[in-house]
Amino acid sequence: MKRPLMLTTGTLTLAGLAFVLVNSLPGCRPTTTQTVVTGDAAAKVYVKPGTHDEFYNFVSGGFSGQLAVYGLPSGRLLREVPVFSVDPESGYGYSEETKGMLMTSSGFIPWDDSHHPELSQTDGVPDGKWCFINGNNTPRIALVDLGTFRTKSIIEIPNSAGNHSSPFTTGNSEYVVAGTRFSVPMGDDAARDVSISTYKENFKGNVSFIHPDPGTGRMSIAFQIATPGVNFDLSHAGKGPSEGWFFFSCYNTEQAYSLLEVNASQRDKDFIMAVNWKLAEQLAKDGKGTRVPGKHYSNWWNEETHSAETTVHEDVLQLDPKDHPGLLYFMPCPKSPHGCDVDPTGKYIVGSGKLAALIPVFSFEKIQKAIAANDVEGDFAGIPVLKYESVLHGEVKKPGLGPLHTEFDANGNAYTSFFVSSEIVKWNVEKLEVVDRVPTYYSIGHLMVPGGDSKKPWGKYVVAYNKITKDRYLPTGPELTQSAQLYSIDGDKMELLLDFPTTGEPHYAQAIPADLVKPREVKFFKIEENKHPFVAKGEKETKVERRGKEVHVWMTTIRSHFAPDNIEGVKLGDEVYFHVTNLEQDWDVPHGFAIKGAANAELLVMPGETQTLKWIPTRVGVWPMYCTDFCSALHQEMQGYVRVSPANSTVPLKGETVSVDAGV
Amino acid sequence: MSTSTKKIAIAVMVLSLTAACGGGNDAPSAGPPGAPTLEKESAGGGAGSKAKLLTEADVTLGDIDAGMAEQGKTTYDVKCQACHSMGENRVVGPGWKGITTRRKPEWIMNMIVNTDAMLAEDPEAQRQLEECLVRMPNQNLSMEEARQVLEFMRTL
Repeated sequence: MKRPLMLTTGTLTLAGLAFVLVNSLPGCRPTTTQTVVTGDAAAKVYVKPGTHDEFYNFVSGGFSGQLAVYGLPSGRLLREVPVFSVDPESGYGYSEETKGMLMTSSGFIPWDDSHHPELSQTDGVPDGKWCFINGNNTPRIALVDLGTFRTKSIIEIPNSAGNHSSPFTTGNSEYVVAGTRFSVPMGDDAARDVSISTYKENFKGNVSFIHPDPGTGRMSIAFQIATPGVNFDLSHAGKGPSEGWFFFSCYNTEQAYSLLEVNASQRDKDFIMAVNWKLAEQLAKDGKGTRVPGKHYSNWWNEETHSAETTVHEDVLQLDPKDHPGLLYFMPCPKSPHGCDVDPTGKYIVGSGKLAALIPVFSFEKIQKAIAANDVEGDFAGIPVLKYESVLHGEVKKPGLGPLHTEFDANGNAYTSFFVSSEIVKWNVEKLEVVDRVPTYYSIGHLMVPGGDSKKPWGKYVVAYNKITKDRYLPTGPELTQSAQLYSIDGDKMELLLDFPTTGEPHYAQAIPADLVKPREVKFFKIEENKHPFVAKGEKETKVERRGKEVHVWMTTIRSHFAPDNIEGVKLGDEVYFHVTNLEQDWDVPHGFAIKGAANAELLVMPGETQTLKWIPTRVGVWPMYCTDFCSALHQEMQGYVRVSPANSTVPLKGETVSVDAGV
Repeated sequence: MSTSTKKIAIAVMVLSLTAACGGGNDAPSAGPPGAPTLEKESAGGGAGSKAKLLTEADVTLGDIDAGMAEQGKTTYDVKCQACHSMGENRVVGPGWKGITTRRKPEWIMNMIVNTDAMLAEDPEAQRQLEECLVRMPNQNLSMEEARQVLEFMRTL
């Protein structure tokens, strides 16, 4: 059935609200492609050829492990940034230099599940410098540099599993956080080898505070805080009056370990955990923590050597809240909360109990009063539980089904996604009144307002990131593209403008005005500053050299040839390393490198950069190589040969480019 | 800094190098690989305006300055040699031997620092492109580096 038209007209009255509720039941979710799109919607998203979008939209790739970049309002896909998964386009994770970015304590892990992009902030406002994103499965956090749109730093999170509530940032990106979704047994091998049925005794959670170096972007774990064994879901930092605090939603306070679908849905209320991170920072500085086992890798991209640098750490600083009263508090929150969102004023914390039929809004001022008055209803595993009524600003009653996540505009309004009833509901934060709602197609997860989780939202749009696509696009077999939907929030009524396909799972996203990012763009890497150990600065420095069974080729590319383009003297059993330097010093002129039989990938080398492809020939013969990125009218001529001889051959090793000067 | 490079430096300051956009569009950086990319030039001028190329008055030659020529050779080795031989033969682009007797100094300088504008506007540059069929890359040389390369060319 079609959704009632009254939903798109006028402010909802109480009677209207009751009507809406009836129509918000699951059976009434949108079931057709029909939707009300007004006549000028197309004009509002049209970005004429040769002009730029107003916003960059950074969207998680979900199970693709990557970060996608779209333009808003057009919905054009601009780039997929390789982060936690190997990338066949650029050779990320395949080239010798980039492999280190994907190293972990479990070895080389070239895939992950990325959920939450978060832009770096200055004074509580996104600054266009970096974008953080989490890897869920093998817990990691990455920092993407928005000068290069490349992964600059990846840190592994020890004592963690299912790194979901991350990487949300403090107001000056002093820290990004990582809360473990799964509590797990920690410590040495004997401590970790326990029966799953001993969950309550042996399983612990923790939240990690990761510090990115403001200059280099290199990340390190400043400290972890041990917590009772629950599941952490999402988080957000306080701001303004609540700066210095962090909030994490948690579920499974039942501490179930089987059939959580039922067993972790028993209690009417779970918790939002409030962390006094300023106090934690001070305790860590004062040496109050202890170093506990926690092997983890930190990987960093060195832009001078064009290579990853990998460091292994054996332990991590941990703070135990039992030793430090005032560090952690629990606030009851109905029921199985997902989103945990702080409004732009920093006065209110919105919980979204995905199984609750209301939205609780907590008051930071009341939280502080309750803490001062020790207004608690007891404790949970030693952590004080503040009284729900004492910390509550109020509840949005019966807003819809399955509230998940809330973002804000600059006018005191909140926008909450409702997974079960497939809609976005707009409500006033102070008055706790619903003012508008629109359907989404279908099953919205997160939503995003540009700057909508910061101190100063830019507003203008809300984007729905949907889990189900069904009939929105041409069908492509059982697997359909996922989708995002763009709504205008400029007027009183939200207005659907556009939906566009996305790759992977568009789990969460951030957006920032393009003008804050564009001036930072790197156009090429200066060849003079290239400190790669195998760089060839000009064809004069190209050569081939044998080091035992290794053959190293210092190779250059420029429109439209390789140097050397003829190599002989390679023998079966050799490992050949092509160190390819792109001599171009011009924007948007990468060169590709591919050789027949390469078992890993091809390279795409940016102007002024050096990257290395390892190639192990498998048969005797002459093997062609060529440029994969169309670079000039003579691109097709950009090719060469490598002669491979038997292992016992005496063919001398040489590499050359036969110039017309030499030949004529 | 020699007298001639000082003069060039002043010329750079005086000249407002502006973009030459084919269709007068307002996105000078858009286009396929090899299309005009005039970020440096466009910094000083509005969209659609013609490039202000160096003129005869902007480039003064004196006796060959060996120090500058040596600097020019260093730049040549890294950024130019892949396409230009020091002999007479064309590799990708023309050989450089005797080039300064065939082309005016300001024409050579413009090809180095205003590459895309020259390929868009200058008939001789276009004739050269028809012959080579590879657009000369803008290798982002500074005006001083370009002048040093010119000095190096004079030694060939």
